[in-house]
Parts: sequence; structure tokens; C-alpha cells
Amino acid sequence: MQNLMNTTQGKSALVHSGKPNWMKYLRKHSFLYLLLAPALILTLIFKYGPMYGAIIAFKDFSPIKGILGSEWVGFKHFDKFLSSPNFEVIFMNTLKLSLFGLILSFPVPILLALMLNQVRRAGVKKNIQLFLYAPNFISVVVIVGMLFIFLSPTGPINQMFSWMTGEPIMFMSRPEYFRWIYILSDIWTGAGWSSIIYVAALANVDPELHDAANLDGANLLQRIRNIDLPTIRPIMAIVFILAAGGIMSIGFEKAYLMQTAMNLPTSEIIPTYVYKIGLQSGDYAYSAAVGLFNSVINVVLLVTVNFIVKKLNEGDGLY
Amino acid sequence: MPIKHSSFDRFLLKLNGFFLALAVLVVVIPLLYIVVASFMDPSVLLSRGLSFRVSDWTLDGYQKILSNPAMIRGFGNAVLYSSSFALITVTVSIFAGYALSDDRLKGRGWFMTLFLITLFFGGGLVPTYLLVKNLGLLDTIWAVIIPGAVNVWNIILSRTFFKGIPRELREAADVDGASEASIFFRIVLPLSKPIIFVLILYAFVGQWNSYFDAMIYLDNPNLHPLQLVLRSILIQNQVDPGMISDQLAMAEMKRLSEIIKYAAIVISSLPLVIMYPFFQKYFEKGVMVGSLK
Repeated sequence: MQNLMNTTQGKSALVHSGKPNWMKYLRKHSFLYLLLAPALILTLIFKYGPMYGAIIAFKDFSPIKGILGSEWVGFKHFDKFLSSPNFEVIFMNTLKLSLFGLILSFPVPILLALMLNQVRRAGVKKNIQLFLYAPNFISVVVIVGMLFIFLSPTGPINQMFSWMTGEPIMFMSRPEYFRWIYILSDIWTGAGWSSIIYVAALANVDPELHDAANLDGANLLQRIRNIDLPTIRPIMAIVFILAAGGIMSIGFEKAYLMQTAMNLPTSEIIPTYVYKIGLQSGDYAYSAAVGLFNSVINVVLLVTVNFIVKKLNEGDGLY
Repeated sequence: MPIKHSSFDRFLLKLNGFFLALAVLVVVIPLLYIVVASFMDPSVLLSRGLSFRVSDWTLDGYQKILSNPAMIRGFGNAVLYSSSFALITVTVSIFAGYALSDDRLKGRGWFMTLFLITLFFGGGLVPTYLLVKNLGLLDTIWAVIIPGAVNVWNIILSRTFFKGIPRELREAADVDGASEASIFFRIVLPLSKPIIFVLILYAFVGQWNSYFDAMIYLDNPNLHPLQLVLRSILIQNQVDPGMISDQLAMAEMKRLSEIIKYAAIVISSLPLVIMYPFFQKYFEKGVMVGSLK
């Protein structure tokens, strides 16, 4: 009824008034725009606002003068970062942590999914999944807390291996262990959950394909290689692009919690550095410049990796 | 027709079962250790490891943690932040998802691009912090809830879902004279209950488990959510002196600080353990989140 009224109103408006078309259109579909408005406004303020605010990276920012009032200094802060003795260490730490992380973590969920796919009894499969997914729901604070507990000099790991090593290993304060601990605990936390997407894809494979291959004498490994793997290859490509494109956007949260004064030589990465100089020391402009530098590298990486995978994968890219 | 396995295949399948069992053990043992250790007399744990003798067990850890005001306050704050965040982010995101799913919305492509860009590029930590500060949101619950309220993945997900609802359904209602609003609230939303439920669960857990925004935006310890309290107990080793009465010796304090950690982990995970079975039902929905291009 109301809709009918709207249309008649619209028609009469068309005839009688000189209101521009877009206003009529807006009035007719105002409800849709009303629904869109909150997300749009919040995004403009809290996502695009900071992008505008990022211009302080090119200024001598003083909170009193504000973003517009502060003076332009060009690439001064970027030069300072790129020529600082910290740069190479922090940059390489970031790159190594995420690159090694990607290489070691990427295959695990795929392997788990292929293995789960071979479990014939649905109930058993479901229960295994229930256990493997669980760590994904544990908070990063608790994960790191558990690392400190298990790896402490008096903790269970050292208790178990003390007969071998003689004296306790100070896992959390030795720089050479930081990456291993970070990456392996990441796999422990996330591998099960990340396998879910592959498991679902494999469940859609037509069983008759396997039957036919079996009749033709293909063994299990051959069937996995020629039926299962091609099924999940497009998903692998997308997951890989997203992971590789995000290499420099490695999370702050876990690394920061795992940092101890002793392991900083390997555990200081760009996000933690940005936090420390920006919010702890108050050097806003310099910190914003380092952050912006990181974001730009990220976008370049994402575009590059997407391009390469697209080429290799006959058009199965992200976009 | 069942697959006939060669002996080689059967061997592989046995191996497969073995390694899967191993994977389950690798996940379960650390969790089980924490739970058992939270009931153990710390001195026994330190000297002999886990013990299943009742005389070695104690509830000291739970007693201390549950009488810790910071922990209780943190728990309350976390419930408040997580439920308000879940409510707001899901509402905002599915509203936008619905609008963007409708072909009549002009400029959908532009709006979508606007949202998608934010997935890959952002202003960074400091500009965001300064914005929140300038808006006067520091030390308020809004600083934790609002800046991250728009979840682009949820918008994409719900848009895809709404597109799957047959157009005829909406058009039939349209013909019956239902307004746009009542089509959405009376017809589309009730059909979308499962997906809304999943999104709310995820949003709740995400907020429950996060500490970063609270750490940078909330200075006032009375506003700290559970994860920040946990951080000070587990990682910074700051056991609130109030938790252990003053007359106790330093050794006793150190002894208790360990068992308090285990108990704190267990208590903080309880809500998630309770919610986990609900999740299981919707695991497949989680797949949708991942499989979207």
C-alpha cells in the first residue's frame, strides 16, 4: 500500500515539480541508504580519517598546531628511519618472521585437510576437527602466557629435557629461539582452523571420481595428487596471495607480548617499533612515517604477488 | 561401490590415523596440563610434576583469583565490551550488506570499493590514535567498540547471503504492499537468523580475546577488560598484592603466583568453552567467510 503511494507521489512529483531526479530517487530508496549510512559514516571517520591524518608523516607535527597547522618537512622522517641504524635490523626482523612463518605455516593446514579427508567415519572426523579447531579460540594473551609457563626455566619442557641438556634453556630470553617459538606456536594455534576451508572444498569432490580412479588402479597417493590437490588449488592460490600480500602487516599483538628485554634483537619488528616510538615516546610524526612506509610496502607486495600467482595459475588470482 | 584398497593404501591409511591422533595429542596435552595444574599444589607441581593424588590437589588458585577485584572487574568489563561490540558491529555490517545486495542501490560498486580499500590500506596506528583522542573517546568504552565496528568481511558475507534469498520473496511482499523496512525486518532478517547468530558469536569471541585497543585507549585500570588483567598476571608477573595477604612470606607469594596463573587461564576461557559446542554447529558457516573472493 505504502509502496503504491510512493509511486504515485513519485509520478506527481515528476509532473509538477522541478526537483532533480536524484532527489526523487533518494526519496524512493531512502531506506536502503539509511541502512548503508552507519557503516559508511563510521568507515569515512575511522578508516579514511586516519588516512588523511597520515599526512603528519610529512610534517613536523605538533598537537597544538594540529594536522593542518604543522609545517611540511617532506620526506625528513622517512630519511631518518631509512638511515637509522635500527632500520636494517627491524626491517629484516619483520621480513624474516613473516616470510619464515608463511613458508612453514602454509602447508600445514593443507596437509591436515588431506589427512582428515581420508577419515571415512564422519563421527570420528568431526571429533578430531573439534579438537584441532579449539586452539583458534584461545586469546593471544593466554597463548603467550602458556608459552612463558611451558618454556620457563622451571617449566615442564625444561623439566622433561633437563636430563639431556644438563641445565635449563632460557627459551624466552634467547634471541635465536624467538622466531621458532613464534612460528611454531602460531601453527599450533591456527593450523587446524585454517584447514577448515580446504576440508570443505574436499568434501565437495564427487566420490565417483575416486571410485573410477580406484578401478583404473590408481593408489591413494595418486588419487590425492590427481583429484584432491587440483580441487583445492584455487583456494591455495587465494590463501597464499592474502598471506604473502600481508607479509609486512604481521600482527603486533603476539610479538609485543613475547618480547623480553633479552630477545629484542630478533623480536623487535616494525609494528612494535611504531607503537613504542609513537605511543610510548610520543614521537607521532616519525612513528606515522614508519607506519606509512610499512603500509605502502604491503600494498605493493599484494599487487605484485597477485600478479605473479595470476600468471602462474592461469588467471586464478584474487582480483 | 566401496573403494578397494591395496595393501599399500591400507598401510597409508593406518599411518594417516596415527599422525592425526598425534596432532590431536599435541593440541590436547598442553590444554590438559593447564587444567590439571590449576588444581595442583604448586610445590608438588614444581618438584614432581603432575600428580593425580587427591591429597596433592588444592583450590587455592581459584580462591585467590576469584577474590581478586581486578579480575572480577575485568570479567565484567569484558562481558560488557564484547556484547556491545558484537551487537553494534553485526547490526552495522548486515545493514550495509543488505543495502549493497540490492540492485536498486545506485553507486553500489563505488561504496563496495570504498569498503574494500580499507582491507588493504589504512592510516596506521598513530593517526588512528590521534583521531580517537581528538574525538574525546580516550578512556571510554566507545574507543574499544566504535573504531573497529565496521567489519568489511561481514559486509561481504552478509551481502552474499542476502543475494541468495530469492528475489521473488521480496517482490511478493512488495506487491502485497509491505514497505521496504518491513520487508527487511519481517521477512529477510528472520530468514537470516543462523548467519546473524554466527556473526555475533565471532564478534563476541574476537572482542573477548583482544587486548590491543584496550591497552592503547584505556588508561584507567577500572575500565580494563579481562585480557589486560590477564596480561599483567601472566606476562608481566604482577600479582596484585591484595591477592596474597601481606603476612605471607615472599616464597609463599612466588609459590601462589604460579597456580594463580593456571587458574586465571581456566577461568578466562570458561565462556568460550561454554560457547564452543554452539560454534561446532556453525563451523561450516565459518567456511563461507574464508571462501569468499
